[in-house]
Amino acid sequence: MLYREAGQFKTDYASDQAIFPILQDRIGLAVILAVAILLPFANNDFLTNAVMIPFMIFTLAAIGLNLLTGYTGLLSLGTGAFMGVGAYACYKLTSIFPNVNILIWVLCSGFFAAAVGTVFGLPSLRIKGFYLAIATLAAQFFLEWCFIRVSWLYNYNISGAIEVPQRTLFGIIVTGPRATAETRYYIVLGFLVLMTWAASNVVHGRIGRSWMAVRDMDIAAELMGIRLLPTKLLAFAVSSFYCGVAGALMVFLWYGGAEPTVFNINQSFTILFMIIIGGLGSLLGAYLGAALIFILPIVLRFAPEVLGLHIHAATVEHITYITTGVLIIFFLIAEPAGLARLWQVGKQKLRVWPFPY
Amino acid sequence: MRAPTNGPDVAAGDVLLAVENVSLSFGGVRAVSDVSFDIRKGEIRAIIGPNGAGKTSMLNVINGFYHPQEGRITFKGQTRPKMRPYEAADGGIARTFQNVALFRGMTALDNIMAGRSLKMNKSFFWQLLRYGPAMQEEVEHRARVEEIIDFLKIQEIRRIPVGRLPYGLQKRVELGRALAMEPELLLLDEPMAGMNLEEKEDMSRFILDVNDHYGTTIALIEHDMGVVMDLSDRVVVLDHGEKIADGTPDEIKSNQAVIDAYLGVAH
Ligand SMILES: Nc1ncnc2c1ncn2[C@@H]1O[C@H](COP(=O)(O)OP(=O)(O)OP(=O)(O)O)[C@@H](O)[C@H]1O
Ligand SMILES: [Mg+2]
Repeated sequence: MLYREAGQFKTDYASDQAIFPILQDRIGLAVILAVAILLPFANNDFLTNAVMIPFMIFTLAAIGLNLLTGYTGLLSLGTGAFMGVGAYACYKLTSIFPNVNILIWVLCSGFFAAAVGTVFGLPSLRIKGFYLAIATLAAQFFLEWCFIRVSWLYNYNISGAIEVPQRTLFGIIVTGPRATAETRYYIVLGFLVLMTWAASNVVHGRIGRSWMAVRDMDIAAELMGIRLLPTKLLAFAVSSFYCGVAGALMVFLWYGGAEPTVFNINQSFTILFMIIIGGLGSLLGAYLGAALIFILPIVLRFAPEVLGLHIHAATVEHITYITTGVLIIFFLIAEPAGLARLWQVGKQKLRVWPFPY
Repeated sequence: MRAPTNGPDVAAGDVLLAVENVSLSFGGVRAVSDVSFDIRKGEIRAIIGPNGAGKTSMLNVINGFYHPQEGRITFKGQTRPKMRPYEAADGGIARTFQNVALFRGMTALDNIMAGRSLKMNKSFFWQLLRYGPAMQEEVEHRARVEEIIDFLKIQEIRRIPVGRLPYGLQKRVELGRALAMEPELLLLDEPMAGMNLEEKEDMSRFILDVNDHYGTTIALIEHDMGVVMDLSDRVVVLDHGEKIADGTPDEIKSNQAVIDAYLGVAH
């Protein structure tokens, strides 16, 4: 089918304000969703467990950071720590109240992360850019220190790590070593879909516009009555909420346990790279960035095997690193605004094809 | 060119905003010194003066972006030593900037919609769902914004990120964003700078229409004397931060101090 909007007239502002006004986009979205729902029927545990679950969790964290950095223009290096707050909060909550449904605690852990994120967002009224990044770096180190030193957080485990207990939902095991990959996949998918939908709603409305206004020209925004501090703090809160939920999901539905190092500065940088390459200020960008940084290396690692080449494992590892690096640089040169922008430009070309404009 | 609102009825109009003995300095630089003037309801008030005279600083004082060290500001009957940005916006003061200050990454439509932020108040919860009251509010305000888009004839560029628009159109979108606030007092800082003749005529038309149809009071900084003389009801002249003249365009045209300071200088 041709990618055209011809004949699709909007008769009221409600439908013109829709997030996917073009029919073909909605069909594409439905197809992707259907594939995502049917994926576990492929019965490939590696695909669900080692590729899709982490990909979706990274995407969620990337959406979170993108709300703050991409949409509101506040650079943060504390993503890893905010994810950690979610994970530890979830762990403590389910230890103290084991009978409350674990999914409720996953969601609640987001609120803990939001609260912590808001506190560390306070300096953003006064400082911007790299200086703010340094302030969030302080949050990163402080919280990391807490994860290691405050043994109450990991129930005084000798190992200093948290181990995810078994929890059930309607009699189905959802966390712990005996939870199946399918179950965990569907739960993570559910969180991702709902939270992407919510994020999309927020960024397309008044709040999203005030975030972008603050990002693009804070003086003008202020003189239009957009209060800077509440706007920035809300961005910190919502962003940290997303990161917190992602962190809780990461430990409870992917790793099954975690050491404090999971939430170190490297995690912050990984998520930041995802949104830079995917596209700042774009939800699609979070998906594309997470795919490029997380899935691409996996594909590359298996490529020689599939192609029937016999290369030493260590060599494959090196080639993977090099290729990923080269591709990242290539994409950044081709479109510094990220993959999402590349996708949009392509779509625009398709819309007017075969004419150049 | 401009007949109906000129004349005694305006001269007798209520004062919407008055600045009294306002002084503002940055370190050693005195940007505004002891300036007093008023803006009456419904008039177009021009503020002119050579480069660096303190015109932009004056607007910044009026909408609370700069806080003067001395003086008082009376807006809608309330006197205070300084305005605050939120207070000014909430009280109905909107503004365009000398160097376009649009939200570059946002579309023209979103820029103008952002101008309605203060009038939109549906809670975060409804925003999350983008449903019910939030959607209703969004559609209502979109309708008002479309009126502004039609008025400014920028229908074609709605969906384009403003950073990619030519300068003249950016200025127009910025006016639209200010109009979206439905201001009582509109501050325009060189709205026609860098425009060609045709664009200037369009912009003049828009300014007059806003003033006539919506009764919006306008304070206008402009270097083009022809435009100032055509549009404004009264003119205040600043030079080196001081007020050197205040009066109707005709009075200003023949004022010797103004001619010395400003009109004599080639631009
Ligand atoms: N934020 C600031 N910090 C320091 N000095 C400033 C600041 N803003 C303005 N000034 C100084 O105040 C004086 C008046 O500047 P202002 O921008 O108000 O002039 P203007 O009349 O708008 O000039 P132009 O026609 O060039 O726009 C200038 O000497 C300027 O350097
Ligand atoms: Mg100026």
